[in-house]
Amino acid sequence: MSVNYGSKRLVVGAHYGMRDWLSQRVTAVVMAMFTLLVLAQLIFSKGPIGYELWAGIFSPQWMKSLTFVVIASMLYHVWVGMRNVFMDYVKPSGFRFVMHVFAIVWLTACAGGAIQALWRL
Amino acid sequence: MSESAASTAKKRPEFRNINFGSLISYRWPLASLVSGMHRVSGAILFFLMPFIIWMFDNSISSEISFSKFKAAFNFGMLGLPGFIWKLVALGLIWASLHHLIAGLRHLWMDTHHEHVSKDFGRQSAAVVLVATLTLTLVLGAKLFGLY
Repeated sequence: MSVNYGSKRLVVGAHYGMRDWLSQRVTAVVMAMFTLLVLAQLIFSKGPIGYELWAGIFSPQWMKSLTFVVIASMLYHVWVGMRNVFMDYVKPSGFRFVMHVFAIVWLTACAGGAIQALWRL
Repeated sequence: MSESAASTAKKRPEFRNINFGSLISYRWPLASLVSGMHRVSGAILFFLMPFIIWMFDNSISSEISFSKFKAAFNFGMLGLPGFIWKLVALGLIWASLHHLIAGLRHLWMDTHHEHVSKDFGRQSAAVVLVATLTLTLVLGAKLFGLY
């Protein structure tokens, strides 16, 4: 495996390389910073946390756009993560394929639901 | 010479093709425990994602849906009592905290290679476990109305 470029380029395997590794970390940082932003708004609020305060956090347009970015980040982050888990633990290729398809459908549906909820506000 | 040494030596355990049954007999140093729990917590968040979105949707949509959201935990929902839903929420709190804090440890190790060692791995894993379980206990006590 000393030469893995050109005609010797590895075309199968566990998605080696920089792309998925980096995107999983970048999306993780985006989600972590968003979590801190929401938590800070809750911690520095006064009085009990009710509907007005909670929905008010997500209602400005910039926060909706930011939440949208976080939902998209989550979609890709979880896809890479679950794909790695299925690649490691699900050996029969047919069943693994079914799980990959399931993950794609599940995550797309979840992202759609989250975006719908966000823009209904 | 080496053959006679090998025949008298105690047979070393081999770990190959690990399956679910061998999870019990497998050694779990702290770093591998935190790593395994990182995967488990991620899978929990993946499978419970519809419930997370249900909570997000109902908590932000309107005053009425907000009270529906609260009622699920205080009075129950879908025939299950409230404390079951609180337990689900507690599981999600643990999974989120563990995944976040263990993930920060990963990011630290990715960006600070000079820190990566066996000792750092074990100690930082211990920090992750203590921080995660403490925060889960504190938030869980709040969730169940202990303070």
